[in-house]
Amino acid sequence: MSEPRMAANAPAAAATGAAPGAAGPGAAAFSKSEMMIVAAARELAGQRVCFVGVGLPNIAVNLARLTVAPELELVYESGAYGAKPARLPLSIGDPTIVTGATAVVSMFELFSFYLQGGLVDVGFLGAAQIDRFGNINSTVIGDYEHPKTRLPGSGGACEIAINARQVFVIMRQSKRSFVDRIDFRTSPGNLGGAEAAARTRREEGWLGSGPSVVVTDLGIYHFDETGEMRLDSIHPGATLEQVRDTIGWQPKVADPLPTTLAPTSEELRLIREELDPEGAYTK
Amino acid sequence: MSKVTSMRDAVAALVHDGDVVAIEGFTHLICFAAGHEIIRQRKRDLTLARLTPDLIYDQMVAAGTARKLVFSWLGNPGVGGLHAIRRRVEDADPAPLELEEYSHFGMVGRYTAGASNLPFFPLRSYFETDLPKANPLIRPIRSPFGEETVYAVPPLKPDVTIVHAQRADADGNTQMWGLLGCQKEAAFAAERVIVVVEELVEESVIRADPNRTVFPGLIVDAVVVEPFGAHPSYVQGAYDRDNRFYRDWDAIAREAATTQAWLDEWVYGVSGRAEYVEKLGVERVASLRPSGEAPSGSVDYGVYK
Repeated sequence: MSEPRMAANAPAAAATGAAPGAAGPGAAAFSKSEMMIVAAARELAGQRVCFVGVGLPNIAVNLARLTVAPELELVYESGAYGAKPARLPLSIGDPTIVTGATAVVSMFELFSFYLQGGLVDVGFLGAAQIDRFGNINSTVIGDYEHPKTRLPGSGGACEIAINARQVFVIMRQSKRSFVDRIDFRTSPGNLGGAEAAARTRREEGWLGSGPSVVVTDLGIYHFDETGEMRLDSIHPGATLEQVRDTIGWQPKVADPLPTTLAPTSEELRLIREELDPEGAYTK
Repeated sequence: MSKVTSMRDAVAALVHDGDVVAIEGFTHLICFAAGHEIIRQRKRDLTLARLTPDLIYDQMVAAGTARKLVFSWLGNPGVGGLHAIRRRVEDADPAPLELEEYSHFGMVGRYTAGASNLPFFPLRSYFETDLPKANPLIRPIRSPFGEETVYAVPPLKPDVTIVHAQRADADGNTQMWGLLGCQKEAAFAAERVIVVVEELVEESVIRADPNRTVFPGLIVDAVVVEPFGAHPSYVQGAYDRDNRFYRDWDAIAREAATTQAWLDEWVYGVSGRAEYVEKLGVERVASLRPSGEAPSGSVDYGVYK
């Protein structure tokens, strides 16, 4: 899979842990959620067409559009292509994604021609559970027939994971979410490992190459040549101990491990004043 | 011939106990007014189909109208879970609820197959997931033209589809704009169609802009004029999604008692949508109007004699 790399914009000099808010002269204090959203947005630099999932992806892609990726075309499964939301949409079907969009199409067209037709570069998903190979569960916790917790289900995530050229995931870390075995596979990642996944994708004619980035409230993961998640950058203020305490397996860690560049004052201003003044995503 | 009727008469005549009912609309144009009338008329044993059950099916399930859900994403969009449905699924409280689950593309494909009289819809999804195990109606199928395997889903043909739209004429020729979801597919797939509109217009208005027509009166059984009938969802250009209510519902639906109290007050306690809107109050309604206008340009279709 991808080579080890540092988080976008992370300077080599920031390779040591820093206290939150102490990352740069004059930088404001920031929350873990803000760091996660900023890190996820930066990962979209250079991308063109992004399929936006429910929840955290929504704010991350809109921040990216205002910062590192002004050319980013936002595709919402509700049918908007080239959306230019004038406010942060609470749901992915908000009227603000329609007004001023490049195109508004039926869901049949969106899933058939845009997604299955191979036009989506990045599918950006959230998840309830993820395993080390990036397989995702958003269906149930516990047994399917008698679930402990009934989650929303696939929505478009299953076909996004298969047909988007690559998949980005944003989710908070916890022992309940980063698990050794997911309870239900809603969206396939690298299955049981990179080699088998590549063969399966080829044989079954998938367009996508699977998950490439997982951004959490503690760090940024990419996938190594075995198809397993590897911590490639740790957020300022987070510790390796925190990372290990919130993950259900022994995580691979890049050596040396850089520290993610703290949010700039402009990124924080955009989140707080323009994108999410009510703190719906950043509380 | 005019098909214009009241919501009460349309639901009484066209929605029957045991029916497969689809109230479609992806976040946009969800006909809560029709769902509430179905609750008031105490319809029972319905199979409710929708990509995103949303608050309307949470309310209909809480009211005891449904025995089964056919869906692809079960949540309160942007807020969280659907608690009345979760109580039925997780705790069989007060009774179990049957689930038949797909992905969004699978559901869209099911309506498409239903509308086009095909035995299945093929799609590149479901590979290496647990969804075909959870729902044996999702099946692999070999291409007749090569070695490739894709997945197939069966057609979905609702007994009745209910569509909310900006406007229609008295015959049911229906126009909408904004997010189109899969209302067109769900309507063509259905045995019976009820159209609920913000505005009843002359046939000439429809004919002046034929590209905007999503389906003709040919497939429509009843036209109901019910302004604000999609609240708390929204109608592009007319009113905004009432996000405050979507957040409020999260608290209301957490307990069976508060859910029932809400149904008593806002569904059983009103005679119909007009009274609901009155109860909502002019201030709340005004707060949901768009903050400005964004009219489309007009196009010239030309006259050809």
